[in-house]
Amino acid sequence: MDNPAPRPIVQVMTTPSDILIVGGGLNGPALALALAQTGQPVTVIDALPSETRADAGFDGRAYALALASQRLLAAVGLWEAVEDHAQPMLEIKVTDGHAGRGPSPFFLHFDHAEIEEGPMGYMVEDRHLRRAFLNAMAENPRITLVDGQRVVAQETGAGVASVTLADGREVSGRLLVGSDGRQSGTATRAGIKRTGWGYDQTALVCALEHEKPHHGIAHQFFMPAGPLAILPLTGNRSSIVWSERSAEAKRINALDDAGYMAELHPRFGDFLGRLTLAGQRFVYPLNLTIANSFIAPRLALVGDAAHGVHPIAGQGLNAGLRDVAALAEVLTLASRRGEDIGAIQVLERYQQWRRFDTTTLALATDAFNRLFSNDNPLLRAGRDLGLGLVNAWPGARRGFIREAAGLTGDLPRLMQGRQI
Amino acid sequence: MQAPLNTVDPTEIAKFEAMAAEWWDPNGKFKPLHMLNPCRLDYITTQIAGEYERDLMAQAPFKGLRILDIGCGGGLLAEPMARLGAKVVGADAAERNIPVAQVHAAQSGLAIDYRHTTAEALAESGEQFDVVLNMEVVEHVADPLGYLSACKTLLKPGGLHICSTINRNSKSYMMAIIGAEVVMRWLPKGTHEWSKFITPEELYDLLGQAGLTPVDRKGFVFNPITWSWSLSPRDLSVNYVTASVRPA
Repeated sequence: MDNPAPRPIVQVMTTPSDILIVGGGLNGPALALALAQTGQPVTVIDALPSETRADAGFDGRAYALALASQRLLAAVGLWEAVEDHAQPMLEIKVTDGHAGRGPSPFFLHFDHAEIEEGPMGYMVEDRHLRRAFLNAMAENPRITLVDGQRVVAQETGAGVASVTLADGREVSGRLLVGSDGRQSGTATRAGIKRTGWGYDQTALVCALEHEKPHHGIAHQFFMPAGPLAILPLTGNRSSIVWSERSAEAKRINALDDAGYMAELHPRFGDFLGRLTLAGQRFVYPLNLTIANSFIAPRLALVGDAAHGVHPIAGQGLNAGLRDVAALAEVLTLASRRGEDIGAIQVLERYQQWRRFDTTTLALATDAFNRLFSNDNPLLRAGRDLGLGLVNAWPGARRGFIREAAGLTGDLPRLMQGRQI
Repeated sequence: MQAPLNTVDPTEIAKFEAMAAEWWDPNGKFKPLHMLNPCRLDYITTQIAGEYERDLMAQAPFKGLRILDIGCGGGLLAEPMARLGAKVVGADAAERNIPVAQVHAAQSGLAIDYRHTTAEALAESGEQFDVVLNMEVVEHVADPLGYLSACKTLLKPGGLHICSTINRNSKSYMMAIIGAEVVMRWLPKGTHEWSKFITPEELYDLLGQAGLTPVDRKGFVFNPITWSWSLSPRDLSVNYVTASVRPA
């Protein structure tokens, strides 16, 4: 005989979504798609209106998606919509440049033909990724998108996490995920402090059209003031990430387009023929910021909210997508066991998985940048020799290629091209 | 007698909430159970899914199944089973655990029928289940055969019985008593009596005598490097788990 079911004494707010994701950039929607695919209902709260995100024309912003990230997008069903707009990166050439003197004779050359998996990655413009994410979220019945709404308050308690929106609405679930960037309000409201430091460096970002084809080759020139990356886009276009000391960057950015190009040209060289600016120019002051914890009860941080790394190797989005793949896997496996997905012991598995990896990445990119953004002759000689040695040793070179393709470490299933 | 939640004195509720928080603190008093729980759940869910042909990737895969959790404590197994869609009865001989488990289930938004009773008393009442979970209990009872017979009576014909316990050998003495109770202080001293531990062969024998057919056994193995538990098909030297069915 059944006894009457106990009457709940604590009023639990019911919501169609178990998981609330704050932040509608790229990591948030990617996590929503990955979780929805395994059957979990998700609500995404985006401070920006969707029209603002959708109607952007080509503005010059682009991402270097590592092969592992491309696999994740394929696994969540997004790649098809992006593929036609993606430029495969077939080779990477790294040169220790010296402004006015041309590149040093020692350089690293990574060719995807040395690994079996395929291209090292793809260059995809921001606008194509955003549009594909918005469409995929709109088509998915398990995803609710609340756009154009800021979160003004949040609360996590026994069994429930809830946020209050600017219009006064309250949304609740079992887990709150902050994918709201470097200045994550989700982390701040949870009392999670950050460790970080700035660099006296600012990245100038733009896209160029050039006369000659790039043949899918990405270039990285290490200049004393900071690295210059030339990343191939579709057609005869490339994305430029050009780091300068902040004062110099400010000066250059204040110039008109002709003046800006006159500064860029000697650094870039003539190997791609005539250059013209395409789209807008952007500036990003470089800094490094890591949340002191990636989790709290009923709360997890992903992407820049957890760790904003120096964008020197285009690893920011790739590291964020790795968080997404790891968190989706941890939550899905927990959910299949019947565990409470917001319980700290479940979230601890995500933190253990990602924290070491991201701290290592932050420190490595920091050291790499310090080593190369320097005109000390001794360091120059040392790194030229180092680059030459890495280049001469195929094992080390393949290691770098696999690292660049994001294929090293404890890879989440979605990044191995498998389903969870 | 069970204590239905609506008869609980409201001034007592704060106390029960504090006790529930203690039960559910992964670094608290029940840390060893929390550490073992994912591994136990992997075994339990896989066995149930196999026996009743359920797809663990589907929503609420255990819908329609009645599950009894004996020695439910704070509900560490009962809640996951309810979350997977099962109708769960949690039984505990310790009366104080019942309101604690009820408070936590309410916080989790789960309807679970918790009762202060024993397997023998439930069997007497004639109630039956699709699955009986009998985890880390048999090494604490005075009459294992009588107890396992009650577990069989509680199963519908064809029902699944999952029973875990601790092996009896010098290694289990070192790990479970010296290690867990004395050195790590994971468990209060005197939690276990080594002489009551049961070898897998003895358990298979007892299950057979109780009228259950053993179908599977695995070891729970602790890895001190990753500080986590995993299932092993071979190493049943300390903690282990068995699945058996009541013949249809």
